[in-house]
Amino acid sequence: MSILTAILVLLLLASLFGALLGYSAVRFKPEGDPVVAQIDALLPQTQCGQCGYPGCKPYATAIANGDAINKCPPGGMATVEAIASLLDVDIVPLDAETEDNPTQLVAVIREDECIGCTKCIQACPVDAILGAAKLMHTVIESECTGCDLCLEPCPVDCIDMVEVPKTIHSWSWTAPVSQNSEVKIIATDGDRH
Amino acid sequence: MSEFLLMLVSTILVNNFVLVQFLGLCPFMGVSNKLETAMGMALATTFVLTLASASSYIVFNWILVPLGLEYLKTISFILVIAVLVQFTEMVIQKTSPLLYRVLGIFLPLITTNCAVLGVALLNLKKDSNFFESLTYGLGASIGFGLVLILFSAMRERLNQSDVPKPFKGSAIGLITAGLMSLAFMGFAGLAPA
Repeated sequence: MSILTAILVLLLLASLFGALLGYSAVRFKPEGDPVVAQIDALLPQTQCGQCGYPGCKPYATAIANGDAINKCPPGGMATVEAIASLLDVDIVPLDAETEDNPTQLVAVIREDECIGCTKCIQACPVDAILGAAKLMHTVIESECTGCDLCLEPCPVDCIDMVEVPKTIHSWSWTAPVSQNSEVKIIATDGDRH
Repeated sequence: MSEFLLMLVSTILVNNFVLVQFLGLCPFMGVSNKLETAMGMALATTFVLTLASASSYIVFNWILVPLGLEYLKTISFILVIAVLVQFTEMVIQKTSPLLYRVLGIFLPLITTNCAVLGVALLNLKKDSNFFESLTYGLGASIGFGLVLILFSAMRERLNQSDVPKPFKGSAIGLITAGLMSLAFMGFAGLAPA
């Protein structure tokens, strides 16, 4: 008899708690995935596809599901650090593929060969190409992220990727490197918010 | 009133659950890498511990004792704690999805935080009334949160410093915890045990 009451009491308790949880699961249902939105806000929104995903939002979703955070060359290290700080994961260097070629590239149109087809304008994710139909196009150098999405659509192959030379304005001291990579020479290096 | 304060001081400092009674060390080591995460964890544990302490008192004295089923206390306490943790998880997922993501596995693991079950069982051992149980739970969780936040602040600084290689990571963390425990022994005698 007492075993029966024991089982009954446990059953009753469990079903009571279950009902409570069931109700709160409906009541506190999260809408959408705010983490994806927060990661998406940190990405550069160039939609260049160099990460292997069709755009920044799909890449943000992939990061939220556990993909590597270092696949965004247009964002560079700044983006990697921002995402690492947001998700509380370790900062990793940019993907090996881009690490081999760390120089900043920029697209340049050989203007006398351009036929004015506007195809590269449509391909450019950051609207860095200026021009109109049947008129020569040109690249706004300061806007170009070097994503090379304009190369493929060009029917006459008149676009080159050129290294941006270091000038007196773009050069800066390289950050000091310590022997011990865990030690930060500048104490505030770690917490960027 | 003074009795209430004395009990709080006693559970927060003198008989601190983590550093004096060595309960709940798993989240103490696991979620103390970052101050913000530790604060989130401290809040979540405070919520669960206080409510668990009160509701396990209710379950024991209003359901189990009248039916003569005292031997079911452990399983029904675990049931109460699991439900509260589930509920907290839902609320956190709704209100702060980022914290939910950062806390990760440690959030559901509050269920197995021995401090939570420890408080419920110690309440029985001390034969405390409802108000005392509530105070005991609150004090235990404030004490837990206090040392967790202090410890994580220290660990953040430790990460920036040049620790000898054999002591890196958890090793220096455990040494720090040991020193903190020694320091907390200085509170002994402040209030009766």
